[in-house]
Amino acid sequence: MDFAANLFSAGTLSQILVGLSRTTILFIVSSGMSLILGVLRIPNVAHGSLYMIGAFAAWSVIQYLGGGLPAFLAAMIVAPLIVAAVGFVLERGFFSYLYEREHLMLLLLTFAFMLILGDLVKIVWGPEYRSVTVPAFFQGSAEIFGLPLPWYNLFLLLVGPCIAVFLWLVINRTNLGKIARAAAVDGEMVGAVGINTGWIFAFTFVLGSFLAGLGGALIAPMVNISLGMDHTLIMETFLIVIIGGLGNMWGALLGSLIFGLTQSLGILVWPQFGIAFPYLAVVAVLVVRPRGLLSSTW
Amino acid sequence: MLDVRGIDACYGQSHILFDVSLSLRQGEIVGLLGRNGAGKTTTMKTVGGMLRPKNGTILFEGEDVTGRKPFQLVRRGICYVPDDRRIFADLTVDDNLGIVYRRTREWDRERVYGLFPALREIAGRRAGVLSGGEKAMLAVGRALMSGPKLLLLDEPTEGLAPLIVRALEAQILRLSEAGISILLSEQNLKSSLRLIDRAYIIDNGRIRYQGTAKELENNAEIQRMHLLI
Repeated sequence: MDFAANLFSAGTLSQILVGLSRTTILFIVSSGMSLILGVLRIPNVAHGSLYMIGAFAAWSVIQYLGGGLPAFLAAMIVAPLIVAAVGFVLERGFFSYLYEREHLMLLLLTFAFMLILGDLVKIVWGPEYRSVTVPAFFQGSAEIFGLPLPWYNLFLLLVGPCIAVFLWLVINRTNLGKIARAAAVDGEMVGAVGINTGWIFAFTFVLGSFLAGLGGALIAPMVNISLGMDHTLIMETFLIVIIGGLGNMWGALLGSLIFGLTQSLGILVWPQFGIAFPYLAVVAVLVVRPRGLLSSTW
Repeated sequence: MLDVRGIDACYGQSHILFDVSLSLRQGEIVGLLGRNGAGKTTTMKTVGGMLRPKNGTILFEGEDVTGRKPFQLVRRGICYVPDDRRIFADLTVDDNLGIVYRRTREWDRERVYGLFPALREIAGRRAGVLSGGEKAMLAVGRALMSGPKLLLLDEPTEGLAPLIVRALEAQILRLSEAGISILLSEQNLKSSLRLIDRAYIIDNGRIRYQGTAKELENNAEIQRMHLLI
């Protein structure tokens, strides 16, 4: 059976690696969303827009600096910082006024910002596709078990764990991270021990936005940067965060793995319907564990 | 030091506190006694800034602090310890103490551990798994980290075994000796009489009685009307 032969070949392995590099992007973006959802209780529908801005901003930075590896790496840092600044303005300028209001207000506001940011992107960058070429350094492929795996995918496989470790350190080893964890569970009590939660919320939102921007910047060389790239991603990100457990960083990682791997392996099993597999996995997870795989802060 | 003047407070549509006034002098332990649902916690929360009074003013060291947020009051020297403790369950004992805003250098982890040696033993443990007594100590210790001048202790001994109650009471007296003023809410008259200098009795959201601990002890009529004995 070519079905079984497909499943246990070197092709499977390289497909897993491709899936894992896709997981990296999903994890970076969804960990940002999960962070914001956990600490600020904002289901940020505009998170995908921040990701899109990250991709466009990366394109602009690379254009401005004229390409090459240094320009590319600079873009990977500057673009997320630009998005983080946008996040800061959104949180301090708008969201921070609504925390004590009804929850629905926040949700509506994020939806409004999804539309507004989408149009702003159109005004700033225009409606055309943009594309970023992978710098020469990352061009070509490595041979893994006789099959080619693009260097850029390998680069992503390195970046993913780095970000996971970085987030773990921020959340578990810094005072700010500890306060954010406490605020995720009991924000009022954090205020009652003398901490101005407003700044904790701003920090968390900015960090979450940075991650969305980083995801967008990292995916820039792999896709056509276009209006609407936020829509598919926001769907996927929400599903990942839901199956992982709302507000749980490791849940975001687990959810991204499930999503990324079922997608890439699904293509092997049944090419025409590969795209359906992650969604089936989501359904399966939610049937077994409706509140997500890992404990939620909600 | 603390002067609460005629505050009214509501939860949504329901009016809970009516014209509550009370005062507290430097270094005193004042009891706020009453039955379950009498308005003790609401009074404590209002003084602690978690609930904004509809009317009335709260003066602290002569300054009007009505309507300040909890974090601002903590920085001013007022710290509220809730009756359900609300320790940060995901963090270790050490981190529960470590993240608190510190107003002065007088209080640090060492001093808190000195006061509650049992906490030092479990410093690395996740606070969520602590026993009731340990949680109560941690809640007080956490408040102390902020270097409070006034502690609002909301039923600190609620739900604890008698032996642990005694131990915690001894620590509360030591805090008072260290110069911290304490407003202590309590249902149980007998246990609170071991601590307090004066008391207010609250019932149905109104202050019904005020007097020294001694006067209250001898007033069977008031005890029968407003308290559980």
